[in-house]
Amino acid sequence: MNSVAVIDYGMGNLRSVSKALEHVSPNALVQVTNDPKIIAESDRVVFPGVGALREAMAELKRLSLDELIKDLVKEKPFLGICLGMQALFDSGEENGGCDALGILPGTVDYFGQNRKDEKGQKLKVPHMGWSMLDIKQDHPMWHGVTPGSRFYFVHSYYVVANDANHIAGVCDYGGEFCAAVAAPNIFAVQFHPEKSQDLGLRLLDNFMQWNGQ
Amino acid sequence: MALAKRIIPCLDVDNGRVVKGVQFVDIRDAGDPVEVARRYDAQGADELVFLDITASHQGRDTIVSVVEQVASEIFIPLTVGGGIRAVDDVGRMLKAGADKVGINTAAIAEPDLVRRAADKYGTQCIVVAVDARRVSAKSESPYWQVYTHGGRKETGIDVIEWVQRMAQYGAGEILLTSMDRDGTKDGFDLELTRSVSDSVGVPVIASGGVGSLPHLVDGVVEGHADAVLAASIFHYGEHSVGEAKQFMASAGIEVRL
Repeated sequence: MNSVAVIDYGMGNLRSVSKALEHVSPNALVQVTNDPKIIAESDRVVFPGVGALREAMAELKRLSLDELIKDLVKEKPFLGICLGMQALFDSGEENGGCDALGILPGTVDYFGQNRKDEKGQKLKVPHMGWSMLDIKQDHPMWHGVTPGSRFYFVHSYYVVANDANHIAGVCDYGGEFCAAVAAPNIFAVQFHPEKSQDLGLRLLDNFMQWNGQ
Repeated sequence: MALAKRIIPCLDVDNGRVVKGVQFVDIRDAGDPVEVARRYDAQGADELVFLDITASHQGRDTIVSVVEQVASEIFIPLTVGGGIRAVDDVGRMLKAGADKVGINTAAIAEPDLVRRAADKYGTQCIVVAVDARRVSAKSESPYWQVYTHGGRKETGIDVIEWVQRMAQYGAGEILLTSMDRDGTKDGFDLELTRSVSDSVGVPVIASGGVGSLPHLVDGVVEGHADAVLAASIFHYGEHSVGEAKQFMASAGIEVRL
């Protein structure tokens, strides 16, 4: 049986993620857990989360999940969502800076209060709502997702990926930012597939079938 | 391309049942929150707001199971408000499957609740709901005060100062209702909406007074709202959410179609 672990480290609404996975894969075993053994034994791993990076890192360390995640991404399909995408990078500028997992090279920056759209109108932060995604590379995870589709975002920080080859999709909010990254076994998105209606479910369905390559 | 303006149907829930007469011709039980949510989801709603108006304390648990049920099968953002008094109430709603939690009266009594809830769960899930009433005389430049208890109780607090303070405390979004317009079908209080939206850096949902599709356009174009909320025009089947979006798109507003 296809099994997936949803890593529970106390950051946000994981019920939606697990329900959405059960919805797309009714026969899969979906477990919301912080048990390293269950996580390590699952066929694939979802790493969700909303909120502050510093707190997330503290929780991951406290639960001894930080090293486990670094190992997992070497061997099985891994989906990061929102904060779970940001945490994969080197560091964040939140609250004077904090180190993250350092699995992918790059930083997590703040949108700032002076972001403007093309008409010069000040943009609200958090970036909250449905924005269009520009797909940057062919990937099994994008199967059935047409370029220009809208996904649901809610975040005040965004990833700046150092390696352009990792960028799988971008979005515009007063300038282009990285909305999805891909690397062997790793796919991570800034938006919330579990809240992005049919297209989000499609992405989760793709993940449940992805072999990591 | 920019962020889409959101269209949000609002459902009042009393003891676990949708009230205020939702009238879709082809659903079995118009009082079932899951059926109603399913219908709005199919119409393309960008989010849903559930407002718990259950009066009795014991009845409040019903909203938790409503949220659980809806979140199990509707995969768009859910906001739940009404009766949120403590940080634990916020946690309970999030755990049940809400993405955002609205705090209204309790924030007036204890503003620091907003700060503590935002610190614990992140600003992205804290919505401060503000019920505003215009208190200026006709000859004066307009100003508004915050009201509580469904618009019956005045607080003496200036709306603009209040929303700025709440954003500073960690509100990730403001749900702004004009109590003067609520239920009138005369359209949003556009001066109020614009004044609030222009004075805070967080998104503002306009609410109160929508009676026609042009009102939704006005809320965005004139009111500078980031999202528009409506109840009766959708509930009574006058317009579907899809029609509202088409109308807004034809007026040049970016929406998710």
